[in-house]
Amino acid sequence: MLKYFAAAAAIGLLAVPAKAAEVTVAVTAIVEHPALDAARDGIRDGLADAGYKVGDNLTFVYESAQGNPATAAQIARKFVGDAPTVIVPISTPSAQAVVAATKDIPVVFTAVTDPVGAELVTDAAMPGGNVTGVSDLSPLADHLALIKEISPDAKRIGIIFNPGEANSVALVEKLKELGGPAGYEIVEASATKTADVQQAARSLVGKADVMYIPTDNTVVSALEAAVQVAEQNGIPLYAGDTDSVPRGAIAAIGFNYYDIGLQTATIVAKVLDGAKPGSIPVMQAQGTNLVVNPGAAKKMGVTIPDAVVSRANTVVQ
Amino acid sequence: MSEIAFLGAVEIGLVYAFVAIGVLLAFRVLDFPDLTVDGSFPLGAAVAAVMITSGIDPWTGCLAAILAGALAGLVTAFLNQRFGILHLLASILTMIALFSINLRIMGRPNVALINQETVLSPFYGLGMPDHYVRPLVILVLVVIVAFLVARFLASDFGLAMRATGVNPKMARAQGVRTSVHIYVGMALANGLVGLAGALFAQTNGFADVTTGIGTIVVGLAAVIVGETLFRPRTIMWALIGCIVGSVLYRIAIQFALGADAIGLKASDLNLVTALLVAVALILPRLRGRKVET
Repeated sequence: MLKYFAAAAAIGLLAVPAKAAEVTVAVTAIVEHPALDAARDGIRDGLADAGYKVGDNLTFVYESAQGNPATAAQIARKFVGDAPTVIVPISTPSAQAVVAATKDIPVVFTAVTDPVGAELVTDAAMPGGNVTGVSDLSPLADHLALIKEISPDAKRIGIIFNPGEANSVALVEKLKELGGPAGYEIVEASATKTADVQQAARSLVGKADVMYIPTDNTVVSALEAAVQVAEQNGIPLYAGDTDSVPRGAIAAIGFNYYDIGLQTATIVAKVLDGAKPGSIPVMQAQGTNLVVNPGAAKKMGVTIPDAVVSRANTVVQ
Repeated sequence: MSEIAFLGAVEIGLVYAFVAIGVLLAFRVLDFPDLTVDGSFPLGAAVAAVMITSGIDPWTGCLAAILAGALAGLVTAFLNQRFGILHLLASILTMIALFSINLRIMGRPNVALINQETVLSPFYGLGMPDHYVRPLVILVLVVIVAFLVARFLASDFGLAMRATGVNPKMARAQGVRTSVHIYVGMALANGLVGLAGALFAQTNGFADVTTGIGTIVVGLAAVIVGETLFRPRTIMWALIGCIVGSVLYRIAIQFALGADAIGLKASDLNLVTALLVAVALILPRLRGRKVET
């Protein structure tokens, strides 16, 4: 095993000079929160796997707009002026600001739910121009199937989301499209800021059989508030991202944002190796990871079937 | 700081100069602390974006954004003047209502304008790089607007408005209908903020409901930095102070963005920005001067 690593390291060292040309990857996110930060770390680690290491042949720059779109616009201009090899905007507003600011520098966006609707690309399969990236549209059909398996009697799904987030609204619309034919009624509860999440969760008591938290920046930031309401009222709470399961959701199928970062890094590496972004199709985030939390399920009055637990990739103790 | 980053900061500063002029009118001229701007900025962006994406001429979109902003200002003035709701509270009510209204106008939280014709489109490709075109076009607009506002405030109506802000009782004793001036002033202030929102959406490729957050802070910072620099005694200098202050505020943020070289993290941005503005405020006092308000 050690020998293998030594050999791999030696090959790695030999491989590095071939890619020694110094490159700069500039990353920006609209706001700092665990999922987006995980995406950023995934990008950095994924690039290291592809032979681009910080302090070696890679300069990795990161800026957060701290929730302010005007600052996002300024960061976009700063990056364009610094002319890095690739710009990686995380989230919709950051991506729009960057794409509006440059037609030359390669842009690889990530964590954007609807890149065509956001006018980042006109055609996801053949983007053209200087832009491509990774879409984080949740595998909602899988989520509904999981809810059906763990809470078979549920008919009304309460979804807590921020109507001010483009990504979440796209998810709610999609969920309604899929939920209707599957026999579900979707009950909406909106929270425009983290302080409203608890109240939104309470409004679902008696109106929803299960709660669903999509990949919404506002609601995920205040997940614990919703978990508390779910536990007190015995309403199973499901999440759209796996990072939320250790924080108290029963189960989630999907990506975690670190994996999305890794996936994004594979595209960034291709571009660094000389590929044209416009010729790389926009990727869908891969979501195959099943994470369950039997302890949380017990507090919310349900038992996760053994079949589900046994096929889970991670069981939170 | 690169040239593109610098000119980008100038451009965004010039866009926010309209906000600063609006804040100057509300806060300084009318003495009306107005938080409506956090809602009227994205309102202008929303109205312009929806009109532009449905094929309407972008200048018409800007005009509609001004009118929408003015309407928002009138609502705040109405709540305050007709029902005696405290100005701060009246403006907060309008601001939070506008969040929902903006969502209604756009039909979703974010409308993209990246591939649309904007007021700037005709000026691109005239032999000058885009990052020169944007600040130049907006500078021309700002100068025109500042000139018109200065002329307005120098008119009899404008003078009566200034009297309304300084001493409403005295103004009323002189036969000024203070209520009318507050309506007009608030409409004008928020109309300018609506225009800023429309221009922001067009230069940055999107209208987003979250764009309004902190607009009032930015506007106030610009006004105060301008006042600190120029200690204006005339309206014209106060307006120039707004424009320069707004641009300097953006350049300060641009410096804060580059501050990671000295061990600061991206998350320190707001702190660094606050410190820079605070220094701008404190310096003249340290030199033994008094900041005039």
